[in-house]
Amino acid sequence: MQFSFTPEQTEFRSVLRRFLAEHSPPSTVRRHMESEAGWDREGWRALNTQLGLTGVHIPEEFGGQGFSFVELGLVLEEMGRALLCAPYFSTTVLAATAILNSGTDGQKTALLPSIALGECVATLAFTEPNGRWDLGGIETTATPLGGDRFKLEGVKSFVVDGHTADLIVAAARRPGSGGEDGLSLFTVEADAPGLTRQALKVLDPTRKLARLTFDRVEARLLGEAGAAAGPLTRTLTQAAACLANEMVGGAERLRQSALDYANLRVQFGRPIASFQSMKHKQADMLLEVQLAMSAAYAAASAAAEDDPELPAIAALAKAGASDAYMSTARHTIQIHGGAGFTWDNDTQLWFRRAKSSEVFLGDPAWHRELMLRGWGV
Amino acid sequence: MTGTTTDNRRQSVRDEVRAWLEANWNPNLSLADWRNRLIDSGWGAPSWPRTWHGRDLPAAMEAVVAEEMRRIGAVSVARSGVRGLATATLLAHGDDVQKAKFLRRALTGEDNWCQLFSEPGSGSDLAGALTRAELIDGRWVINGQKVWTTSAHHADWGLLLARTDFDAPKHEGLSYFILGMRQAGVEVRPLKQMNGHASFNQVFFTDAEVPQAHLVGRLGEGWAVATTTLMHERRGADGLAAAGGKPVERQGPIYDEERAENAIAMEPYRWYPQRAGRVDLILERATATGKMHDPVVRQEIAKLLTLAKSAEWTARRARAAQAQGRAPGPEGSLGKLAASHVARAAAHVHTVIIGAEAMLTGEDAPLEGLISEILLSVPAGSIAGGTDEIQRNIIAERVLGMPKEPRSDNDRPFRDVPRNRA
Repeated sequence: MQFSFTPEQTEFRSVLRRFLAEHSPPSTVRRHMESEAGWDREGWRALNTQLGLTGVHIPEEFGGQGFSFVELGLVLEEMGRALLCAPYFSTTVLAATAILNSGTDGQKTALLPSIALGECVATLAFTEPNGRWDLGGIETTATPLGGDRFKLEGVKSFVVDGHTADLIVAAARRPGSGGEDGLSLFTVEADAPGLTRQALKVLDPTRKLARLTFDRVEARLLGEAGAAAGPLTRTLTQAAACLANEMVGGAERLRQSALDYANLRVQFGRPIASFQSMKHKQADMLLEVQLAMSAAYAAASAAAEDDPELPAIAALAKAGASDAYMSTARHTIQIHGGAGFTWDNDTQLWFRRAKSSEVFLGDPAWHRELMLRGWGV
Repeated sequence: MTGTTTDNRRQSVRDEVRAWLEANWNPNLSLADWRNRLIDSGWGAPSWPRTWHGRDLPAAMEAVVAEEMRRIGAVSVARSGVRGLATATLLAHGDDVQKAKFLRRALTGEDNWCQLFSEPGSGSDLAGALTRAELIDGRWVINGQKVWTTSAHHADWGLLLARTDFDAPKHEGLSYFILGMRQAGVEVRPLKQMNGHASFNQVFFTDAEVPQAHLVGRLGEGWAVATTTLMHERRGADGLAAAGGKPVERQGPIYDEERAENAIAMEPYRWYPQRAGRVDLILERATATGKMHDPVVRQEIAKLLTLAKSAEWTARRARAAQAQGRAPGPEGSLGKLAASHVARAAAHVHTVIIGAEAMLTGEDAPLEGLISEILLSVPAGSIAGGTDEIQRNIIAERVLGMPKEPRSDNDRPFRDVPRNRA
């Protein structure tokens, strides 16, 4: 396991941090939050033409940069810090990873280069209105139409960027099957007849969600029919590791902003940062964020090395980051006092992301259970 | 410094010490004879100056020498207890007479040391020491009380922080002495803890005497000297954790002598694993009691493991940064605070697992009372070696750069500073 970054990785991080500070200041975040799409093509293009970020963990043979989950985790940490509004988690983390885990070489060659170039925005439609993150929650059905063509019937919900994606990777099951049995992945074009896409009103408008209704929608099989349980589980595990890194980036940004404010704010004739109650809170926040960060880095490293313990470590990191992010967000508002509860104070933007990420891909209790099972407990 | 230069240096030190050990290591020598030979060669304390039993090597090379000693099974110089703090302090602040008198005997193990800093009235606030040293007829006469003194009953010498001037401001009226423990004016009493063990002592001074030659550093500059000791105390805790295994079968009289020495030195620390909460026992206990199937218990166990694993990885990050020679990031200062969280969480989970049996102790309790010892030992972790509150102040001020709190004890004669009532 890797416990420090190489000089190249550190340099990559600082380039990224400068780029995102310039391209995603809170004013830009607020503008995207208020739009229905939640992002714009121009910014997305810049991200990819200048830094090639969409293909960071896609192998070079499929048009990507060929880096590992460590670099991907680093990108997500910086994006979480900047609260970047872009279809990155949906396209790169969820859809591209699902295609890498399940597609045939032919399918990867057909699908991944346009994703790596940033031309195709994609997502993974997995969860349904029941809100379950385990495979047993999938009720959407797929009926064969001959060859690799199937007909999908059902409703997907909480689909990240589902209303703006060009390509949807959808999970569905053979009619009559249950649990992990009979599951397959499919690709669906955004304009497929019978597909209705509705943007949901979201608590965190920096990450848009949609409900997709499949009314006899034609889809193409991705990978092997009935064998998607393994690739799907793997995708969700890797995504949990990625999300943990995104979350610690946001938590660290909040922690720093709380510290800056405590140093500036004067009450009772002295900076509030000189009160022990404030110092102890800041020390605790640092500890909490650093612990979560170590776990997130461990998870990215385990994903990069395909460590057999990855399912446990990724779940641990997701649970740890969820708790640390929420707790940091709460403390940051508290330290800002009344100002922290106002609309104009930027803390609320990260608070929303913290709350939404806490349950996205499954809540901390669910991941703690996954962690124990991952270690065979 | 490039990696290659360091690697070359490492290899040449390794070759040199290996050759010396192969020519000189002899398990049939007595412990004292062997150690004197080792000290004469400079390999006993390779990072010390050549003038004082060392070889002027960088501190990082100590590990290389230790590895080679372990490989061949050679016994090291005496390291246990407070002697390492004594020698580090004397190397930095002692005069030549003191160095000549004390350094070698510390390395041979002939002298044992203890640290006389904490007092009943000054724990976190060490500089508030009240123990008094007065110069009477050419000798320092000591009166007062110290506490939390590990191994005082075995010690020959004590590192004493005492007040020599009550009219100077707090930090300027302290001086640092080497006090002979084996004299009539020194009384050592064991201090029994809430868990039943007595790892520490109280030490009472009634007209105890210290010769003038045993003042370390200048009069009134004891706080600076004490700071050196404290710095090494923190650093020492890191080194201990990194110690490795023993590939050589350690059998024979010289090893028996070494074991006897260690047994005495380690006696106070017998319950320390329990103080850390024994996370290692959790899964085994949960399985043995059948509680592994209880979803509430599972959540509590998972929370503990999340905390413990994250703390372990944080320590690994700190060590990786150190190994690369980078400035330690915030992760380096968090270990102690993290450890007391882990210990508390572990005690909580042990309780959840055993339920009603948490009311029992001794042979009526699970694991012959080991669990109850954990429950009664864990509170020490967040106090000993700097309370959690002091750790948080250190993190806030030194790592996060937050301003110090205004204080009212530095700007007036110590005599006028409010203190605990007797």
